Amino acid sequence: MKEIETLHARYAHALDEDRLEDWPNFFTERGIYRIATAENEARGLPLPVVYCEGRAMLRDRVQSLRHANIYEPQRYRHLVSSTLIEKAGEAHVTSIANFLVIRTMENGESMLFASGRYVDRILLKEMLYEERVVICDSRRFDTLLAIPL
Amino acid sequence: MLERSWPAEGATRVPYWVYQDRDVYAEEQRRIFHGPTWSYLCLEAEIAEPQSFVTTFVGEMPVVVTRDAAGRLHAFENRCAHRGALICMQARGKAERFTCIYHNWTYDHGGNLLNVAFRKGIAGKGGMAADAKPETQAPKQFRVESICGLVFGTLSPSVPSLKDYIGPEILPRLKRVLVRPLKVLGCYTQVLPNNWKLYMDNVKDTYHASLLHVFFTRFRINRLTQEGGVFVSKDGAHHCTYTKMVEDKGDAYEKDGMRSAGSGGFSLENPEMLQQVDEFGDAVSIQILSLFPGFVLHQIRNSLAARQVVPKGVDRTELHWTLFGFADDDAAMTRRRLLQANLVGPAGYISMEDGAATGFVQRGVAASPDRASVIEMGGDKVGSGDSRITETAVRGLWKAWRGHMGL
Repeated sequence: MKEIETLHARYAHALDEDRLEDWPNFFTERGIYRIATAENEARGLPLPVVYCEGRAMLRDRVQSLRHANIYEPQRYRHLVSSTLIEKAGEAHVTSIANFLVIRTMENGESMLFASGRYVDRILLKEMLYEERVVICDSRRFDTLLAIPL
Repeated sequence: MLERSWPAEGATRVPYWVYQDRDVYAEEQRRIFHGPTWSYLCLEAEIAEPQSFVTTFVGEMPVVVTRDAAGRLHAFENRCAHRGALICMQARGKAERFTCIYHNWTYDHGGNLLNVAFRKGIAGKGGMAADAKPETQAPKQFRVESICGLVFGTLSPSVPSLKDYIGPEILPRLKRVLVRPLKVLGCYTQVLPNNWKLYMDNVKDTYHASLLHVFFTRFRINRLTQEGGVFVSKDGAHHCTYTKMVEDKGDAYEKDGMRSAGSGGFSLENPEMLQQVDEFGDAVSIQILSLFPGFVLHQIRNSLAARQVVPKGVDRTELHWTLFGFADDDAAMTRRRLLQANLVGPAGYISMEDGAATGFVQRGVAASPDRASVIEMGGDKVGSGDSRITETAVRGLWKAWRGHMGL
């Protein structure tokens, strides 16, 4: 449990400190990252807000954020809590955790940008995400979602 | 009446008060959203079953869209005749009738008042007078039509049929995409910090696409040097722009030293996301179509979506995205559409900037209501053409808007 919470914390700090280049390395080589909404999940609809399969696609997202996409300077603060192990196997563990993300713009304007839960499958040997599904409570996103959740 | 005057230059200027003035905003609700226009309501696929419904908005008006037991489509204002409460508070579902929770007044799928609770009182006491006419405050009912699986409504008895409203320039471009029954893949909302018209003129602005959305140009998905064009309806209200799937080997952007020009070595490690199947057989890779006042249909490679523009005040807009495929898509096509969902929406590689750019205009013009946009790319006319280095469709939007607003 301690190791899982530490993984979540390292992940959160990397994003909050703008170390986006480290972000793909929290995933296995073929790791999956998906942002969804609770509404679509409840309706059984597959639409992702962001969907990456494997580190190459995760790195593409970072490259695009760094070199192609235009967005106002902004920072996140992740608060991750209530981690629970759902299923513990020999090699993998599936777990859930709650998150809040507060977004702060350069002019100081802060807002509660997103809340929800992480549904993770973690490879124990290397302590990496094989799959991280970010299920946002709200269907609504303010202006744009650039930095990953 | 609005006491405003348009700049003398006419079609090539749009004064900034159009995005700021509260009286203009209120007048738009009446003259445009509740006037002689057709507004997008939902996909037929969202109310496929008898007695199903969704709730949505036409301008600021909350609306219930239904399919009755016989399969007919209806839409009515989501406001109880009694005290004005919402009749239906769920986003979607199935119901035999609609009952306002406040005092249990009930409505059928057409929005007709069926029953007033305790109308005759109990045991001869209380109740309404025999000649009371609560129906005089009944929720408004829309004319509803659907086309290729898209449902539209209007409060106007005089606006022409939906087909005639869309017109011969744009209708074939709509039909080009919506070729089979649709299947909803999911939805979400993007909140834009700007007036609704800033989003619509962004959508119609073919000039900005490859300059703001750098992802396009870096990966050579869309450069203005590729084959494409723009269609504008006669009244200027609706538009459609498209780009063909031709690999661009030109260097016009590099020669002009533009920010969006590629640095040379930039490419995707995993380009699977960009792989397109030419499903309509005409080699069009991107088509963006808009219908006045607030509907957008996009085909971006194999990503298909309806975008509904919902004004939420003079400087706030909600963009309701519904992404879809076709009911008979195989697993590979569904996977392709879901991978390409990365291109669009609030986190879309090629659409995330729109919310930021239009918000920048709202903030930039804060102190200058009487200054104006310069909209002179492609001259001062409104019409179709084969160049996208033009603002013809933007001028069309304002031509239509001014017609409705009497300005």
